[in-house]
Order: sequence, then C-alpha cells, then structure tokens
Amino acid sequence: MAAKTILQRERLVPFIQILDPEGMANPTDIVELGLKPHDFKAMYRWMVLARTFDERALALQRQGRLGTYAPLLGQEAAQVGSAYALKPEDWVFPSYREHAVLAMRGQSWLQLFTFWGGNEEGNRIPEGIRNFMVCVPIATQILHATGAAWAAKLKGERSCVIVYFGDGATSEGDFHEGLNFAGVFKAPVVFFCQNNQYAISVPRTRQTASETIAQKAIAYGFEGVQVDGNDVFAVYKATKEALAKARDGGGPTLIEAVTYRLTHHTTADDWTRYRPSEEVEMWKQKDPIKRLKLYLEKQGLWSEHDEAKLLEEAKAEIAQAVAQYEALPKRDVEDIFKYMYAEMPWNLKEQLQELKEYLAEHGGDLPKE
Amino acid sequence: MPQMTLVQAINDALRTEMRRDPTVLVMGEDVGVNGGVFRATEGLYQEFGPDRAIDTPLAESGIVGTAIGMALNGLKPVAEIQFDGFMAPAFDQIVSHAARIRWRSRGRFHVPIVIRAPYGGGIRALEHHSEAPEAYYVHTPGLKVVIPSNPYDAKGLLIAAIRDPDPVIFFEPKRLYRAFRQEVPEGDYTVPIGKASLVREGTDVTVISWGAMVRICLQAIAQLEGISVELVDLRTLAPLDIETVLSSVAKTGRAVIVQEAPRTCSLSSELTALINERLLLQLQAPVVRVTGYDTHIPYLTMEQYYLPDAGRVQKGIERALSF
Repeated sequence: MAAKTILQRERLVPFIQILDPEGMANPTDIVELGLKPHDFKAMYRWMVLARTFDERALALQRQGRLGTYAPLLGQEAAQVGSAYALKPEDWVFPSYREHAVLAMRGQSWLQLFTFWGGNEEGNRIPEGIRNFMVCVPIATQILHATGAAWAAKLKGERSCVIVYFGDGATSEGDFHEGLNFAGVFKAPVVFFCQNNQYAISVPRTRQTASETIAQKAIAYGFEGVQVDGNDVFAVYKATKEALAKARDGGGPTLIEAVTYRLTHHTTADDWTRYRPSEEVEMWKQKDPIKRLKLYLEKQGLWSEHDEAKLLEEAKAEIAQAVAQYEALPKRDVEDIFKYMYAEMPWNLKEQLQELKEYLAEHGGDLPKE
Repeated sequence: MPQMTLVQAINDALRTEMRRDPTVLVMGEDVGVNGGVFRATEGLYQEFGPDRAIDTPLAESGIVGTAIGMALNGLKPVAEIQFDGFMAPAFDQIVSHAARIRWRSRGRFHVPIVIRAPYGGGIRALEHHSEAPEAYYVHTPGLKVVIPSNPYDAKGLLIAAIRDPDPVIFFEPKRLYRAFRQEVPEGDYTVPIGKASLVREGTDVTVISWGAMVRICLQAIAQLEGISVELVDLRTLAPLDIETVLSSVAKTGRAVIVQEAPRTCSLSSELTALINERLLLQLQAPVVRVTGYDTHIPYLTMEQYYLPDAGRVQKGIERALSF
C-alpha cells in the first residue's frame, strides 16, 4: 500500500484507512464507526447505483442521447462515504461530478439525466433538499459554501455545509479565499477535496508542490486530514468527525480523499493521451466497490444472489429514469427568459416576443434547414 | 429635514435598513472598526457589532463569493468593494454566479445582494481608483446597475437596492461624496430602481447622463443661453428606463449622451442604438456622445483632460443643434 510508505515518514496530517484493498479491516475500527450491517449494505447499494447510472450516462452520450457528461467511475466511495455522514439540514455545494452525492440527498436520477441532457430543469433543486446546483467554474463554489456556513453560524443554526471540489481546484484563488475566510470566521464547513490525481490531463504534482493537499489546512489555522478515498468507511469516518466538530462550533476541516478517476474527465476527453494504462490498471486494483464487496462477503453479509438481485434492481431503476428522461415534454422558449429576474424587464419581454414571432412564422418552431 | 452629503446619505440608508431588517449586514475591507475608507459605514460597527459590520480579509472575490453564499442561506449582505478598479478580482463571482443563480436554479434560489463601490474619476487618486466600469455589468444579464447623482436619490436607491430580490451593482460617484449637501428625509423611503429622473424640462435637445456627469451637465446647461435643454438622469442603468429616454428624445428630436466611461461598447453605444432603432425618423440630428476616451483614465495630473467637463458638454449640445 502506497499509503503506508507515506505513513512511515513524518507527516503533517493524519492519514485514515480502515478498509484495505483486500476488504480487510480491524474490527475495532469498524465498531467505532457506529454503523450497522444495513448501513454497509446501503452504502454498497448507493455505490452500485451510482456506477450503474454512470455507465448508462456514458453509453447514452456515445449514442447522442445525452450531452457532454463527466463520469465518476472510481470515485464512488469518496462520494457515498461523505454523503452518508450528512444530515438533511446540512447544505451541499457540489462541483460537477458528484452524481452519487446528489442522488443520496434526494435528487432523482431523472433529474441528473435531465441536467446532463442539457435541460436547465435538471438544476431545479426540489424544495426541501438543501443541495446547490452543479457548479461548472472550478473552485468558485467554495466561497459560496463558506458564506452559507458563515450565515448558519450568524443565525445560530446547527446546520453544516460540505463543499466538493477536485485537486485542480486547490490551485485556484477562490480555494485560498474560501478556506481563509472560513478559518478567520470559524465557519461550520467541511472542504471535501476529491483528489482524483488529474485536472483533465494535468497531474496532481503540477497543481502543488505540497506533499499532501490536506496539509494546506494548517496554514489556514484548522485541521486537515487525508483519507483513502477508495475506502468508504474511512471517508465516512473523516466526514462524520469533521461535521460533528463543525456543528459544535469547532470550525472548518479540509478532507483530502485520495482517489482516482478511472476514466475520462468528460466524454469530450481521452485519457489515453496523458497517462499509461498500467497506472489505470494499478488503480483498478483499488476499486472502491470491489473493496466493500469483499468486506461484505468476508463478513457473511453478501451473497452472489444478493449481488445479482442488486445489479438487476439498479439496472431497472436507472432504465426507468432514462425512459422518463427521454419522454420529457418539449419546453416553451419562455423558459430561456423567465428566470433572469424576479420581474421580467422590458427588454427581455421584447426579445421573447421577437423569438415567439419568428417561431410562429415557421409553424411554431425553427425553420427546417 | 437634515442636509446631507452623498456619503452621509449612503450611511443613513445602510443604518435605516440595518435597523429595519436584522438580516441586512455590511461586509468588506475596512468597513467595520474604521467605518470605511470614505466613511460610508461609519458608526455601523458601533451600533450593530462585528457580526453585522464585518471587516473581512482583503480579498474581493472572497467578499462577493461569501456574500453570495450568505444570501443563499437567508441573509442580505451589502458587500463593499473599496474602489471601482478592484471589482476585477470579484468579476468571476459576479458574472458567473451572482448574475446566474436565479436562472440556473430556475428560481429556487436567488441572490439578494448589493455590491457597493465608489465609482469614477475626479478625486486625484491613484491608478485603479478612478474607473467607470459600468458597461461590463450592464452588459451582463441578471444584474441591476444603479448610479445615483445626488444624496436624496442615493439614499432612496440604496434602500430600494437592499430590498431588491436580485443582485444590484451600486456605484457611488466618489467625487460627489462630499461635493454638496441636499435635504434628505430621515427614516425610510425608496427611489424606484428602473426609473430615470427628469432633472430639467426643455424642448430643443435631450441630454442623457448619470452619476457625477449629471452635475457637469447642469453646469453646462446653466451657462447656455437661449437653448432649452431637457436633462435626463438615468439613475438606473440596468434595467434602463427606456420610456423616459424615448419620450424625451421624441419630443426634442436631438440627443446628447454624457458619460465618463470610455466610449466603445459603452452604455452610450446602447442608448444610441436604441434611439436610432426606435426614433430614426423623428431625429433632427445624429445622436451625439460626450464621453471619456478609449484610453485608461490618466493619473491625477491629466485626468481633467479625460473627464467630460461643462465645455465639452456644451460643444456636444451645439453639435446636436447645428446639424
């Protein structure tokens, strides 16, 4: 394990691993998680569902039935482990790859397909769910998370905020400003970095000369912790502890989940251009889903029958969402204009009218080429 | 009724709203203990404490980005950017997020923040302290842009901006901060966003301006004899009060636009296009523009050559009349 070789040196931040790639864990560590077998199975289920969604989304994009898509393959444990620690009153600020997190918080697979299908309705977060929308510009959401957490503190609420971003985001100025503000104002926020080793093609070593990303927290005056991001239990533990600390007024934490993007950055990318397949193969050996499955099997909690049943259910659940997605009604062009301001100003009214008249001249839609 | 300078009126507006609504707060560099470098937030720290008159770290993107997050979670931050020229580091947060969140979320979330900044030239300041960057924000869908020209409007517009459910960029002409006093009512009143003011009625030519240039226009008009000038102070640049502009120009047939910002792709460009599109056959002369040049505003020894003065405005009016 690469992690252990790092451990032998003096480290600035702790490294947490509970479940090793062979699915072995120290029983005491498991007890300390405070989770029951049904939780393990629920985590496993979410990871399998997320991967099923991911595979389907990729296939749909290749067939021209979905827009550009950012796959999460390999990052299931980082997402499921962290989201499992959240309470409904906590706020989530995602970047754009957190499909598992959004689904676990109550957004439907249909909604995720809707977003990636290029329909803004996919970003309409249902009332009652404290998720924010997919954020495409890198690291900019970190500041929103800090501000929302700071507001919670000023209002005397006990809700926390978690914000997701990647290793590339840590090079942006907004990462610095977001962590710095959070440190100064002791905002109840968890900065969750999925270090998947690449910002499109640029490796982690080109983002920072720091040995770890987690240790950057020290300079901002709060704790940083590095976890094995492919170990769903370690991720859960680190996130749960960080949230508990934040809830109790202890301020922010930076968690670096060390993981790996097993496939392309997006469907517009080709990973074979910038990394050797041996490296990808090496990381496949640390597959987060396989690891948890091995653990469940060793504990006698999972059978081949359970596996077959889950895969079938997952396929059916995602297939149903695809069918709903492809049956979505055509929207009125007014949707382009109507959410710009609380009240539509004259120029937008005029421009909407202009577009409607143009469409009306052609039987209600754009002229055929 | 008390007499106030423009900066006192701003201060009074902030205090009035903070007293009325406990979710309103001010945040920015030096706005707390120090009361702001222009004293716009003077006394707020003493009255409302460090959690509502917040001295932030020195980071403009951080100020606007966290203000957005606060607004998303139920507060109404009034963020101060210390000078117009330092809006640039916050530009990404303004155009990529503040302007877009209502649209992106299909109305689930909105960003009721005000971003205040001292605006424009004429105070013999350093580089980056005299900019007129309104066109960037007027061009950005999803924002409202307000520039008052006097203390009464400043207070009423700022209160309206704080109550507005959408993000408002509120530029304060810094050369007017202490230039003159005006009667400003105590307590609560608003000046509506999106409504221009007819400063002076006339029949020969319409002068359209905003911010500190309104005062320059008044000086110019006062020196002209035998010409009846109508003066429109836009007050709100986005959304534009097109009705007031068009009805005035339709009446006079001539329009002169006066701004201190550089000319190319500026608000004067948009106004010219709108007037030409809608009133071409009623125009007696091409629209005239009196503007800053397409250079950076010079340092203090030469800024007077850059900023339109009464003479240039008069020349513009004469051009419109002699066509």
